[in-house]
Order: sequence, then C-alpha cells, then structure tokens
Amino acid sequence: MKFPRPSAPTLLLLPAFIVLAAVVVVPLLLSLWSSFTPFRLTKPDSIWIFVGLRNYANLLSDWEFWVAFGRTVLLLTVALNLEMLLGLGLAVLVEKASRGQRVLRTIMMFPMMFSPILVGFQFKFMFNDNIGLVNNALQALGLTDRAIPWLIDGNLAFIAILVAEVWLSTAVFAIFILAGLMAMPREPMEAARVDGCTPWQTFRYVTWPFVMPFAFIAMTIRSLDIARAYDIVKIMTDGGPAKRTELLWTLIARTGYADSRMGMANAMSYFAIILSIVFTFYFFRKLAAARQQIGAEW
Amino acid sequence: MATVTLRKLEKRYGATPVVHGIDLEVADREFIALVGPSGCGKSTTLRMIAGLEDISGGEIRIGGRTVNDLPPRSRNISMVFQSYALYPHMTVRENMGFSLKIAGRSQAEIDKAVAEAASMLSLEQLLERRPSQLSGGQRQRVAMGRAIVRRPEVFLFDEPLSNLDAKLRSQVRTEIKKLHARMQTTMVYVTHDQVEAMTLSDRIVIMRDGHIEQVGTPEEVFRRPATRFVAGFIGSPPMNLQEALVYDGALAFSGGATLPIPPEFRNQVTAGQKVVFGLRPDDIFPAGHGLHSGDAAAVHTVELPIAITEPLGNETLVFADFDGREWVSRMLNPKPLKPGEKIAMSLDLGRAHLFDADTGRTLRK
Repeated sequence: MKFPRPSAPTLLLLPAFIVLAAVVVVPLLLSLWSSFTPFRLTKPDSIWIFVGLRNYANLLSDWEFWVAFGRTVLLLTVALNLEMLLGLGLAVLVEKASRGQRVLRTIMMFPMMFSPILVGFQFKFMFNDNIGLVNNALQALGLTDRAIPWLIDGNLAFIAILVAEVWLSTAVFAIFILAGLMAMPREPMEAARVDGCTPWQTFRYVTWPFVMPFAFIAMTIRSLDIARAYDIVKIMTDGGPAKRTELLWTLIARTGYADSRMGMANAMSYFAIILSIVFTFYFFRKLAAARQQIGAEW
Repeated sequence: MATVTLRKLEKRYGATPVVHGIDLEVADREFIALVGPSGCGKSTTLRMIAGLEDISGGEIRIGGRTVNDLPPRSRNISMVFQSYALYPHMTVRENMGFSLKIAGRSQAEIDKAVAEAASMLSLEQLLERRPSQLSGGQRQRVAMGRAIVRRPEVFLFDEPLSNLDAKLRSQVRTEIKKLHARMQTTMVYVTHDQVEAMTLSDRIVIMRDGHIEQVGTPEEVFRRPATRFVAGFIGSPPMNLQEALVYDGALAFSGGATLPIPPEFRNQVTAGQKVVFGLRPDDIFPAGHGLHSGDAAAVHTVELPIAITEPLGNETLVFADFDGREWVSRMLNPKPLKPGEKIAMSLDLGRAHLFDADTGRTLRK
C-alpha cells in the first residue's frame, strides 16, 4: 500500500504540530472534557460519565465559589492600585537620585528575587500574633498592649496577605514606570515649566500621560499574576481561617486535590481563566489607547 | 514689553565655569541673536534667562525685575526649543492652549487666542492633529504658536531651525522675522548659524568659551569685527587671516611676501609688532572682477597663482596661493580660469583688518 508523499511544508511543520498537540491541545481538551464529567481522582472510571453542564450549573449557585471569585477580584483591585501608587512613588524618587541610581535600581528589585513561598513564610512569621515582628514592634512602640490576631481574624489576614503581595511585587511597577521616566524626552517637561506649570501640574499633564502606557504593561502582567495567586496565600493562611481568605486558585486546588473532585475543579478553572482574559483584554485596550495618545513609535 | 539685563552672569558646573560673568543689555522689542560655536555657553545663557538652569553668580533682570530665583513660570517668557518639545499626547489646539488652561483662563478666551495664533502661522487646518502626525516644519510652527499664545514679555528661541532641512529653514526663518515685526516683542535667539543671526537680528552677540567677544549690529560685526575670532566666525566663506610682522613700514609675511600697511592702521602699529592680517573674500578679486570700497588708492594689486576654482554661476570662488597659504577670493562676472594660471589680484586694503597676534583684539581705533 502506498501513502501519498506529504508536501515539504507539511513535513517541516509536523514536528511543531505534534509537540504542541501533545503538550497543549490534548491536556486542554482533556480538562475541558473532564469539566463535563463527575471525574474524581479516586475513581478514574468516572471520567467516562458525561453529565453535560451539571458542574457549571452547580457552580453558578455555589456561594463559596463566588465569594472566592469576588475576593480574588478585590485583592486584584486593591493590590494593583496600591502597587501602582507605591511603584510610581518609588520610580519618581529613584529617577530623581543624581548618584547611585544603579545601586538603587538593583536594591529596588530585591523583593522579586525571592520565591513567593519563602516570602509567604517570612510574612507568616512577621504577622504571627505571639512572636511576630509586627505585634512586637507595635507593642514596643506602645501603640497597642494586646496581641493583634493578624492571621486569625479573616479581615486582618486579608490585609496581611495584601501586604505580602504588595511588598513582593511593587518593584514590577517601579521598574516599568522608571523605564518610562528614563525614556521620556526632557524638553516637553521644560516646555511645561516655561508654560507656567507647577511641578505637580508638570507631572499631572505631561509626565504622567507619557508614563501611563508603561504602567499599563505592568498592570497587565500583575493582573495575570494576582488572578492566579496561590503560593503566598497557601503558606500564610491556606485560605483560612474558616475560608475567610480563600481565593480562586486555593479553592480550585482544594477541590481538585484534597476533595479529589477534579471535574468540578476544572469547571472552576475555566471560570477563573475567563477572569484573567477579561482583565488582560481590558488593560491591553487601555494600553493601546494610551500609546496612541502619546504617538508612541513602539 | 520688556528689557532683559544680564549683569556679571555666571554659570559653573562644579568647579568648571561655562559662562564667565557676562554683561548684556537687551532693549525692549529688540531681536538679539546669541551666536557662537558649540560649547560657547550660548544655550546655557538662554536657559538661565528662561530659569531652566540655576545661575551661579550675577543677576538677570527682565523688565527691570530681578528674576534670579523665580521659577520659569513666573518670568513671563516663552521658549521655542530645538526639538520642538510639543506635548505628544495633546492635539495642536491643546498644545497651543495649554499654558492658558494652566493659567485658568476661560475656554472662550483660550479658543480666541489659539485661533489668532493659528491664523498668524497658517495652522488652522492642523488644529485637531497630534504632533506625531505633523512634519518637522509644521511642528516648529506649532511650537511657535504655543509661544505666541502666552503673549509673553520675552521670546526665547533655542536653535529653533537646527532640526529642519535647508529649504524649510529659510521658510521658517522668514516666518520668525515676520513674527517679530508683528508681535513687537523682545526676542533672544540662540543659533550656531551665522546666516540666521545676520538675517534675523537687530544685534548679534558673539560668544566664545563663555565670554562675549563682541556685541553689535550685523553690519558692525561684519565690517568691524572686534577680535580675530569674530572675524573668522562671521562671514562665508570665512575671512582670510594670516600672521605678519610690521617691518620697514610694511607687513612682512613668513614666506617673504609683503603688503603695504592698510591705510586705516598706519598709525596704530609699531615696527616689530606681530599682527594678524585679515581680508574678506569679497575684498580680494581678480582685477576687474569685483567692487572696491571707494578708495581706489587703497587697492593693491599682486600676481597670484590659482590653485582651484569653484564656479557658483553668478560668481566663482577662486582659491589663490598667497605666501604659501590658500586665500579665498570672490570673483564677480566670472570668466574661466585655469589652475596654475597666474593672474593679477586686487586687494582692497581699505577693507582690510589687523588684529594683535597675541590678544586677538582689533588694532582699529
């Protein structure tokens, strides 16, 4: 039996197709399929039972899931805004430094050099209600005489996680915005000073519009980061106390591995991905608009 | 309407002085050009007037008011930058109206001022565009429009034509001249291009190494340069300059050639004095192919070999060998010349210059 000989382009592209299929497409289809089944890791055969949209229907009325979803969005919003403000401040300060700027830039990036897991451990220790640095410092300064239950109270734990997240990643914003500031031509700022701007007005009307696209790039990256936040929360609170700090991915991981309800976990994942796509889409549109505004040539 | 006064104005970067205590008085409504080679301190001086650079010593007064410590926004000036410095995210209209918006003027007032400036510079069609959609010449016109809208007491120009090609440059130059005629405002204009300085300004300030070499009208700095540097800097092609010794009532050059002492300087030099002799290309020409200053007795004729010629149509630049150096001469009503040919050259010594060889200062009284 003779096969027709495939054309050269087909042959050359084939390896890439095979690798992509094996690594991306097949797992993706498998996970999508499993989200339509009651698949449990403990009962491998259950992957063959098709239940249609039951998992998704259950999710829609699953209060716990939507709370985790909302909390993730809240963390994302608050952390992004805080990081942007702090990063902007940091970048402006570093840009002003007339000497030692290289050293400052390097120091600024230190937090990014640590594994989020270790950062989680470190902040877990610092926020410990008995031996933690934070409570000790507050008590030593006489600001409080009791042990504040940082990681035990649900709201405080959220704040503690937020602090760790912001500490770890503010540098991302600082670096992008600093790059923007350094790429910015000096003359428009001087023109603004001559045109009658105070330093604040110069920043508001000239510097900020120029730096904005850089901030949006950082926003896009960080929104993806936070939407998949897992490690710091896993270490600091593991979604506790009583699921008061549960985020999307801690919930998904718990559902998939601890409860071994993989079909349901996969259904949740598809919702989570929609969240990421929405944010990425939103920031990319803002970025494109901002770039067009300054007539950027990149 | 304002005068600008610089008194002992100094600028140092660390220990390095770049402007050495200069004095200058710019009259109300005057157009003054600061000109000089790069690094002479002209831009720094302008930026100090604008308030973009701190001053290290001395005083700047605008309209009689000391502005040493005032920020740029309180000096009532406008500046046009070499790189245009437009706000990239604003339309032409917004760029031009920005300073008034900052000053809190009403929208109607802003619209009126912008429309007026736009019609003055024929920018009406471009008002809704962004700077990235404009050509270089258009951008520079917008920058000028932005400066006009403010109705400042003093306009500052920092090499505004340097980024334009030759044709646009002469166009925008004309526009600046018209602008000055219309606005009747004091203008300080920095350039390294002597043609711009000569064509635009009422007076020219020639700077070198942070000092002022000469201040004068274009006519003065061209006809009566105060120093050897000014003589070489102003004029194109540059003045022929050559060292000589006053000897036996004549100028003796190192190669053995001699020339009579120019009549104007006969009583200013002493025997044995080292001088620099200068003669513009216009004042040395093949006999019969140029115009002398009127004093026919001062015209001295020598035979010189031709090295090379550069025909320009209406005139030809003739490079002739004088005492081992190439001198440029301008030949009017040109006729063809062959390299190597020896021809009679008329030297109009009534227009010659003599400078002290050591100080470089003119020996003219």
